[in-house]
Order: sequence, then C-alpha cells, then structure tokens
Amino acid sequence: MDWINAIIQGILLGGLYALFAAGLSLIFGVMRLVNIAHGDFIVLAAFLALSTTTLLGINPLMALVIIVPVMAGIGYVLQRSVLNQTLGDDILPPLLVTFGLSIIIQNALLEIYSADPQKMNAGPIETASIAVPGGLNIGVLPLLMFVVAVAVIAGLQWIFYRSALGRAFRAVSDKQDIAQLIGLNKAHVFGLAMALSLAVVGIAGVFLGIRTSFDPSIGPGRLIFGFEAVIIGGLGNLWGTLIGGIILGVSQNIGAQINPGWQLLAGHIAFLIVLAVKPRGLFPRID
Amino acid sequence: MSSSSYTISRSSRASRLAAIFGILLLVALAAAPWWAGRADMRLLSEIFLYLSLACLWNLLAGYAGLVSVGQQAFVGFGGYMLFALAMFAGLSPLAAIPLAGLLGALIAVPVAVLIFRLRGAYFAIGTWVIAEVFRLSFAQVSALGGGSGTSLPVGIVKAMASNRSMREATTYWLALGMAVLVLVVIYLLLRSRNGLALTAIRDSELASTNYGIDIWRHKFVVYVIAAGLTASTGALIFLQKLRISPDAAFSVNDWTAFVIFIVVIGGIGTLEGPIIGVIVFFLLRETLADLGTTYLLILGLVAIVVMLKAPKGIWGLIKARYGIELFPLSRRVVDRDLEN
Repeated sequence: MDWINAIIQGILLGGLYALFAAGLSLIFGVMRLVNIAHGDFIVLAAFLALSTTTLLGINPLMALVIIVPVMAGIGYVLQRSVLNQTLGDDILPPLLVTFGLSIIIQNALLEIYSADPQKMNAGPIETASIAVPGGLNIGVLPLLMFVVAVAVIAGLQWIFYRSALGRAFRAVSDKQDIAQLIGLNKAHVFGLAMALSLAVVGIAGVFLGIRTSFDPSIGPGRLIFGFEAVIIGGLGNLWGTLIGGIILGVSQNIGAQINPGWQLLAGHIAFLIVLAVKPRGLFPRID
Repeated sequence: MSSSSYTISRSSRASRLAAIFGILLLVALAAAPWWAGRADMRLLSEIFLYLSLACLWNLLAGYAGLVSVGQQAFVGFGGYMLFALAMFAGLSPLAAIPLAGLLGALIAVPVAVLIFRLRGAYFAIGTWVIAEVFRLSFAQVSALGGGSGTSLPVGIVKAMASNRSMREATTYWLALGMAVLVLVVIYLLLRSRNGLALTAIRDSELASTNYGIDIWRHKFVVYVIAAGLTASTGALIFLQKLRISPDAAFSVNDWTAFVIFIVVIGGIGTLEGPIIGVIVFFLLRETLADLGTTYLLILGLVAIVVMLKAPKGIWGLIKARYGIELFPLSRRVVDRDLEN
C-alpha cells in the first residue's frame, strides 16, 4: 500500500515539476534560449509571494493574483533590456548571461531574506484530504496543484497552436527574418514569450512555497528538475513535459521509499536512462 | 622579388618576449618557498589551481564549443579519488594525484557518451545533472564520511615529507606544476592537427564535416583530456584542504561559477584570457571578499556586462587593439624582405 501511495504522490508531485518545466520548454521553443536562472526565478516568485502574504495578510493562493502579473512584467522587461541582446548564432552569451543572473538572484535573495528556510501557510486546505477506496488519502492541495498544472499546460498548448500570439511565436521560431518582414516585431514577441514563461514560473513559485520549505539556494535544483522533465518528455512537446514531470516525480518517490537518501538520485537516474535509451525523449515532437 | 621571400610564421616578437618572460617568472615562482611567506604560498597555490581549472574550462567552451556548467563533477571526483586511494589503497598522495586524473578521464568516457546526445545549452545543464549524480552518490558512501565528509588522516599527510615546511613546499610545487602542465598540454593540443580541427569545427561544423573531420571524436578527445586534468587538479585542491565533503567537492559556485567568471573576464577562446582573468579575479577577491554576498553580486554583474559589452574579454580588447599574441597559435604570412 505504501508503494501505491508513493506512486500517487509522485504523480501529483510531477504536476509541480511540469510547471517548472513548461516555462523552460516554451522559451526554448520560441527563441532557442535556455534560461539557467529559471530555477532562481521560481524561488524569487516564492519569496515575493512570502512578502506579499505577510504584508497584506492574505492566503498565499490569493497572492497568485499579484505574483503572476509581476513575474510576467519582470520577464518582459528582462527580455527586452538584456536577453534580446544575447540572442544570435553563438549559444555562449545567453548561457553565461543567465548564469550571471542566477548568481545575482541567489545572492540578492540571500542578502534580503537570509539563508533561513521559509514556508508559506495556506491554511486548513493544507491538511485536508479526500479518502479514496483502498484506504488511501489524497491531499486536496497536491491534487489542486496537479489540476492547475494540467490546466496551465492545456492553456499554453491552446495559446501556442490556436491563438494569434501563438502564431507569432511559431512564426519567429521558424524564421525570424521572414517573421519581421510580415510585420512581427521579434523583440516584442520574444518579450511576450519570456513574460508568459515567467508567469508560469510565478504559479510554480507560489505552489513550491506552499508545498515545501524553500531558501535562496534551491533554485538550481528546481532548474534541473524542470530540465529533466523537458528532456524525458521530448523537446518541444508540452504534454510530453507533463508526462516527463510525472515520471520524474514517481521515480523520486519510489527511490525515497527504498532509501530516503536515494530520492533525488533515483530521479536523475530515470533521466539518464531515458537519455541513454531514447535521447530525443519519450514523445519527441515530429518536425 | 621572388615568391620565396614569403614565409609562414607563428612566432612574433611579442611571443618570443613572452616566452623569455614566462621562463623567468616560472623560475622566480618555483623559488617561492625561499622568498615567500606561508600565507603567500597558499594564495599562490590557489591561484595556480584556479588557473588550471580556468584554462581547462576555456579549452572546452572556448575551443571545443562544449559549454559545461558541471566541471565540479570532475573536481570533486578527483578529490574523492585522492582520499579513497590514500586511505584504502595506502597510496602516497603524490602517486594518487596522477591516478585520480586517470580515473577521472576513464569515468568521463561513459559520461561523454551519454551527455554528448544533448546539444548546446541542454548539454550544459546535462553536465550539471552528472555533477549532481556524483555528489549524491558520494554522499551515500559511508566509508568516505557520507554526507558530512571526512578528513585526510594525519599519518598520510605526515608521510608526504619530513617536516611541515617541506610539506608545504611540496604542495606548492605540485600546484605550480599542475598549472604549467595544463598550459603545456593545451598549447600542444591546440598546435596539433587536433587543434586545427577544433578551430575548424568552431568556425563551421558543416564545412569541417565536409572536409572529413570527425566532429564527435575530436570533441570527445578534448572532453576526456579536460576531465582527466580537472580531476588531477581537484585531487590537488583537496590535498591542500585536507578535508572533503560532498557539498564542498561538488560546489557549482566554487568550481564552475568562479571559473567561468575568470575566463569570461579574461577573454574566452584565447590562451592568454584565463591568465589575465585569474589575476583580476584574485585582485577582486582580496579586496572585496569581506563584502560576502555583495561580492558575489558584483561578480555576477561584471560577468553580464562583460559578456554584453566586450564578449571577448580583457584580452580580446588588447588583441583587437594591438594585435599581439603571447602564445604563438595563429599563422601569419611574413614578407622576409620587409622583416629584415
């Protein structure tokens, strides 16, 4: 029974990992940019939510209304003012600039909030659970997070393939110069893509801050989880990313069930196995 | 004027002067145990070890296009191998250092086979995953202290040399020797056919494939060599520290972020760059380190500004302005009649 429980919890955890991954996948798809500071932005969002809840005295889930637009704004400004300058044939500048950003965010958070672990309290919903047949209990909060993750992925999928914004994303992704010719401003489109990416990061950060304790140093770890979910699921496939997140979450929980020290290791090993067997991921997009 | 008066030259006045100056500097540095204090020697050793890490990262990122943010995997692996070989196999640390390098190169083979499947920035994060796997795995080895780490037994340290000053001189010379070895290996590698192929691959992968260059093999060779030398350097770093723990051994800040900073500031893709960068880095550190987190903030900002405004770093600016090269790597056509 412990095993079934571990697997169910792993699936729900996978939803959170899919949220970590979705923003990463989106900007890579649009502008071939890998944001090394992605995980640190998740932690930044968590700390912003912490400040908002203590300042306004509201439930962290309500803080989403403020955090998501703020993160989107940060994303747009960051892309237009800094990251657009790094895009080009050379992969080094975006990589190193976002690496520098990662160090800046980590140390700025350390300076402001200290290294103490923090956690947000979402109230009674944290302990509420639903009893399912077989004597298992599923937490309402993890379930809610999973449902939101699925909804976010569905929403991104809709934006990418059904909306005018998505057409612009796909156009600049395919041929930047031609997209400019037909009247798209690629600097603006890239700005919107980063805004969308960090909006998702905002949700992920708030959820992270409610679910576990966090401190300024945990960003790179979240980046790695997101990255592994992207690669396991297959580059460019958003639904694949969700499955990648679930596989990662389940592997970690199974690992932890065997030996608490193996939790993270089991996730990494699942990733390496997929990389060895199917280097393009389990569900690569057919180009 | 006959065509025979033109020759291809690699050396220049600047490079010949640099060679003479370099040898004099090396002699002076080798004599440091006789003129420098204990603290100075420790600092110099640290500079040499960072120089060798920076040169190796630069070889990967600046010449082979392999941007790794996971070189701490090999630093930590080398450190742990030194401890394991000295504690369990009874090897002297002097013998364990090259062996740790060899083992580092060996483990790099399967690692490369796996992560070479990832391209560009995804390769970078893939190397980081490998470093995490190493860190978590070594934290599981209780014989090496598990998560809290272990110290090198006093007996092993004492057996290295008869007295303390001799021991300190030995570790100092090892660090100096490591930096020189790394510079020489990279210099010879870049002047060889392999180096020519790397330059071609860096400039155009498509064109070099058409010339029959096996891109995968060349990158693989560079990756394995860099891993081995990084592991040896890591063994030396932890021989100086005398204590190892998973978090210190596989620290991304200490062994990758600082190293990237050094190379970016100095000038990526040049041999001179890391040398300039390591000097700038240690000047900044010795003056600003008291600031703690603010110091790291400044480092991050400087790295971003340099990458955006002067992507070739300090040495790139000097090279563009004066056209000098201290390590004769490029080829120039020289008209003998003009030269004489």
